[in-house]
Amino acid sequence: MLKIDTISKTFFPGTVNERKALQNLSLELEESDFVTVIGSNGAGKSTLLNTISGRLPIDSGSITIDGAEVSRMPEYKRAKYLGRVFQDPMAGTAPDLTIEQNLSLALKRGKARGLGRGTTSARRDLFRDELATLELGLENRLKTKVGLLSGGQRQALSLLMAGFTQPRILLLDEHTAALDPQRAALVTDLTQKIVSHDGLTTLMVTHNMEQAIALGNRLIMMHEGEIIYQASAEEKKTLTVKTLLGEFSKLKGATLGDRALLN
Amino acid sequence: MFGALELGLIYGAMALGVYLTFKVLNFPDLTVDGSFTTGGATAASLIIAGVNPFLATLAAIGAGLIAGYITGLLHTKGGIDGLLAGILTMIGLWSINLRIMGKANLPLLREDTVFTPLRENMWLGTWVSIAVLLIFTLILKFAIDWFLTTDLGLAIQANGNNRQMIRSLGVNTDNTTMLTLALSNGFVALCGALIAQYQGFSDISMGIGLILVGLASVILGQAVFGSRNIFMASLGALMGSVIYRLIIFLALRAGLDTNDMKLTTALLVVVALLLPRWGFLKRVPSLRSRGNRAASGAVPADDPANAAGAQVPAGTVDVPAGATDVPAGTSARTAGTAAASDQKED
Repeated sequence: MLKIDTISKTFFPGTVNERKALQNLSLELEESDFVTVIGSNGAGKSTLLNTISGRLPIDSGSITIDGAEVSRMPEYKRAKYLGRVFQDPMAGTAPDLTIEQNLSLALKRGKARGLGRGTTSARRDLFRDELATLELGLENRLKTKVGLLSGGQRQALSLLMAGFTQPRILLLDEHTAALDPQRAALVTDLTQKIVSHDGLTTLMVTHNMEQAIALGNRLIMMHEGEIIYQASAEEKKTLTVKTLLGEFSKLKGATLGDRALLN
Repeated sequence: MFGALELGLIYGAMALGVYLTFKVLNFPDLTVDGSFTTGGATAASLIIAGVNPFLATLAAIGAGLIAGYITGLLHTKGGIDGLLAGILTMIGLWSINLRIMGKANLPLLREDTVFTPLRENMWLGTWVSIAVLLIFTLILKFAIDWFLTTDLGLAIQANGNNRQMIRSLGVNTDNTTMLTLALSNGFVALCGALIAQYQGFSDISMGIGLILVGLASVILGQAVFGSRNIFMASLGALMGSVIYRLIIFLALRAGLDTNDMKLTTALLVVVALLLPRWGFLKRVPSLRSRGNRAASGAVPADDPANAAGAQVPAGTVDVPAGATDVPAGTSARTAGTAAASDQKED
C-alpha cells in the first residue's frame, strides 16, 4: 500500500544549522495496517508525514503509494491518495465556511472541481448521516460556521473530513496533542471508530505512549531520523509503556520530552 | 442625486471585483487602479474604431481578465508579494493603457455607446436608468453568489480562508488564486468600460485611487449589511458603492471641492476602520486584521443560528439544537482567541 524506500531529508544542508531529519528511512505499510509512530522531539516523526504528503520534498529515496511513485508529485496531486489531520485543530477546516461547505470540499478531495452546486440535498443527507456518527449533534448544525465550533469539535470534524472519503492512506499528525484530556479521549475514540469502520491504512504520530499502544496493530519508534524499534502485530499485543521506556533508555543521550513522560 | 445613484450602481461592478479579491481571496490587489483604466481605454478605442459598444465592453472585460491573471502569475509562480505584484502590474499597465488609447484622453463625442438607448430616450438621470442599472448589477451580484457556492467557488473561498487545508484536499491553490484575480479584474475593467461610456471619455488617470473607492464600498457595505453569508456580503459591496457615492454627493453639496474627494475617501476608509477599534459599531467585523477569522469568533452572536439557539426557550423549535448551542457559544469565544493566536504564529 505505502512503500517508503530509503528516504533522506536534511534541513539547512551545508550550514552550521544542518539537521538530518530523516536518514535512509524505509517503511512498508500493508493494506489496513494502522501504525503508530512515537519518538522524542525532533526525531523526524512529523517530517516523515510531511514528506509522504508532499509538503516537504525528499532529498533521496522513493515513496510509492498503491504502486504509484509519488515522490516528485506536488502536494495537491498527492491529495487524492491521502486524508490528513493536523495537530492544530484550526488547520484542517475553513473557519468562515459552514460545516456542510467544509464537508463538500472534503468530498471532492483530489477530484476536479467544476461549477456544480457545492451543497446539494443529496450531499446534505450524506453529511447528516456521517456527522451523526460523531455523536456531537453537529448533524443539526450543517449551516453553522466552523469557526464557531470548539477545538475538539473542529478536530472531530477534520477527522471525519479526512476519513469519510476512504483515502488510500490516512495521516494523523499528533491530532489529539492540542486538545484537553477529555476532548483528546473523544477524538481518540473517533479515530479508532473511523479507521476500523473502513479498514483505513493509517499512519499516526503521537506523543502519548498509552495511546500509541492502545491504537493500531503496529508501532514504530523513531530517533534522529531513523526507526530504532518496531513492534509487529504480535509483539504489540503484549507491549507496555515500561517496555517502550526500556527501549528508549538503551539509546545513549536520548531524552524523552516532558510531555511524553507526563503521559 | 440620480446621477450619484447611477454612478454608485455602475461602480458597484468594481466593488464586487474588489470584494472577490479583498474579502474572499484575502488578497490586497492593487491591480485595480490600472485595470480599471485598461477597461475604459479598450472600450473607448474600440468604439471609436467603429466596433459595436457591447462587443467593445466585452473586449474590455477580456483585457481586465488578462491584467488580473498577470498579477496572479507574478504572485504565485514568481513568488512576489501580493501587494508588490499588484503594484507592478498597475504601473506597467499605465504605459499599456497609453498605447491602447494613443493619447492621454479619448473623447467619445457622438459615438454610439451602451448608454445611447437610455440617453436618446432621455432616461438617464431618471428612475428608468436606475432600474436598468440596478437589474444589471444585481445580475452580476447573483452571478458571483452562484459561482462562490459551486465546488470551484467553495475551493476559492477556502483558499482565502485556510490555504493549507484546501491544498491538503487536492486544490492547486496557484490556479484558484490566478482565476480569482482574473475574474476580479474582469469586473473592474467592465466597470471602467461602462464609466468611460457613461461620462463620454476615457482618460489615462481615470483609475487613480480607485482601489480605495472599492475598499470604501466594501467596508461601508459590510458595516451596514454584515457578512453573515455570501448573499449579504456581496449585496453589501454593491450597496456600499451606492452609499459611498451618496456620501460624496452630500460632501460636495456641503461645499467641499471635487479636489477634496480623494482625501474624503481616504478619511472615510480610516474612520470606518478605526470606529470598531474605539468601541463604536462593535458589530462591524474588523478589517484591520484582514480576513475575518478572528472577527468571526469574536462576534459569535452574529451567527443567527447560534444567537437564536441561545435564546430559544425550551419547548419551542428544535430544543436539542438549542440546548447544544449554548455551550457552543461559549466555546466559540475560546476558538476565536485560539484563531487569533494562531494568526500571530503565521
